[in-house]
Amino acid sequence: MEDAVLFNLRDERQSAWESVLNYFRKRSMWMLYYCTGCGAIELPPSMTSRYDMERFGMGPMATPRQADLLLITGYLSVKTLKRVIRSYEQMQEPKYVVGFGSCPINGGIYWDAYPVINHLELFIPVDMSIAGCMPRPQAVLDAFQKLMDEIQAGKAVGYKRYRKHLDWYKRNQDAVLARTEAVLEPWEDPFSDAALVESLWNDAPAEVKEMREVRHDA
Amino acid sequence: MRFLNMLPQLLGVSFLAMGLGLLLMGLGRQFTARLQRRVGPPFYQAYLDVLKCFSKTSITHGFVMDLGTIMSLAGLIATAYYVPFVQWTPTGSGSLVIILYLMTIGYLGMAMGVSASGNPQAPLGIARALALMFGYKVPLVMVILAMIVVTGSSDLLAIANAQQGGPSNWFLLKFPIGFVAVEIAFQAMIGERPYDMMIAPAEIASGPMVELSGKYLGLAFLLHSVQLYVETALIVNLFLGGAANPATFFGKQVLVYLTSMAVNAVMARYRIEQGIAHLWKWAGSLAFIQLLTTKGGF
Repeated sequence: MEDAVLFNLRDERQSAWESVLNYFRKRSMWMLYYCTGCGAIELPPSMTSRYDMERFGMGPMATPRQADLLLITGYLSVKTLKRVIRSYEQMQEPKYVVGFGSCPINGGIYWDAYPVINHLELFIPVDMSIAGCMPRPQAVLDAFQKLMDEIQAGKAVGYKRYRKHLDWYKRNQDAVLARTEAVLEPWEDPFSDAALVESLWNDAPAEVKEMREVRHDA
Repeated sequence: MRFLNMLPQLLGVSFLAMGLGLLLMGLGRQFTARLQRRVGPPFYQAYLDVLKCFSKTSITHGFVMDLGTIMSLAGLIATAYYVPFVQWTPTGSGSLVIILYLMTIGYLGMAMGVSASGNPQAPLGIARALALMFGYKVPLVMVILAMIVVTGSSDLLAIANAQQGGPSNWFLLKFPIGFVAVEIAFQAMIGERPYDMMIAPAEIASGPMVELSGKYLGLAFLLHSVQLYVETALIVNLFLGGAANPATFFGKQVLVYLTSMAVNAVMARYRIEQGIAHLWKWAGSLAFIQLLTTKGGF
């Protein structure tokens, strides 16, 4: 396992060949949209005649196997998180994740609801977040353009971070997925506790933390 | 030895079929976009898609899946060796019997490959594709029979040669009813609406392609591109008199494909039993009328 990870991280600096491949990757992004939240309603206008996403080579795909881009369009509950992780792990590398709206960033207006996941970044690497409630198609397309630039520059490497820090991501996932077991007694929600979330972030690997800070500065 | 001598030509036709097929796909997507008043992807989008697919990691579900995917592509490329491109085939023959036979191998290879993936949606899509094949092969073969009777040859080169000397000699004018029947069948052959029930992304999650990832999806794209090349070339040779130079030939292929894409843009999807009934009722009866009215047909 160790060798496999090292092998894949060996070429983290971008070779010339990789940057040629990245050109094709950015010009042909196929999306899998995870339509659990309200963000899904912003996608039809982005895809159809008005804003026409297909001019950037983007289009919807039917299954995670075929897709490059996972769109988390809105809030996630504990149960849907399980499916998101499963879909994400079925996707083939290179793969990118875009979080729509405030909910995947910090819970949005559902931040204190008992089943809602507030920080998506604790569970899978997010390459691009679009703030807003909900972001309009212009903002969505703007984010995709920025993501294309990042792919070309070799910066959108969330899938490599996921491989490298799998332990940390798995531990966080297990902590929250344990709550999908049936419980008969009322319990304290560990993830609505800001101090606990902060402690999870404290033992985050330096790279993941860095990505979070970059995002917060932007 | 003969094979070695032919090898450069065979490779050339393989890449020609893939290249022109992908170009057709790109032009078709842009055409659809223009119909919907969109800007649409660039005409070379299909090349970008395929190259991207080959740059991804992919998952295999066993040896049979690898074999089936390669077999389907090989089957269709072998068909391309018998379909004349500008009055020429690398094998020197344009036998319609071989063409109809080899075209089926492409679908059977795909059926074998994707069924091995174990996903229930894949055999479902394949079952629909094979059922639809019963629908469109019958009218197609009936019209081809009428042509064989008239020209006295089952060689596509001879059929294309019989139409030399300007549009007035095209079989489009000699077999107008048959042309409509084959156009309807063509819509089903390339799986465009209203006959796209084998793909049906929102219904059976893109059917045969459901478990294809990365390089397998790239191969499926190439498969579709060769299929487009072969089937448009078949219609150009059967009805539009072939062509004297490559540019005219490809122009006619584009015309045939864009006609089909225009229908695709305005139709909804049939259910599988509606699709087969429609093909037999309309394309089938038109083809049958063509066969009956052809001099010497019966």
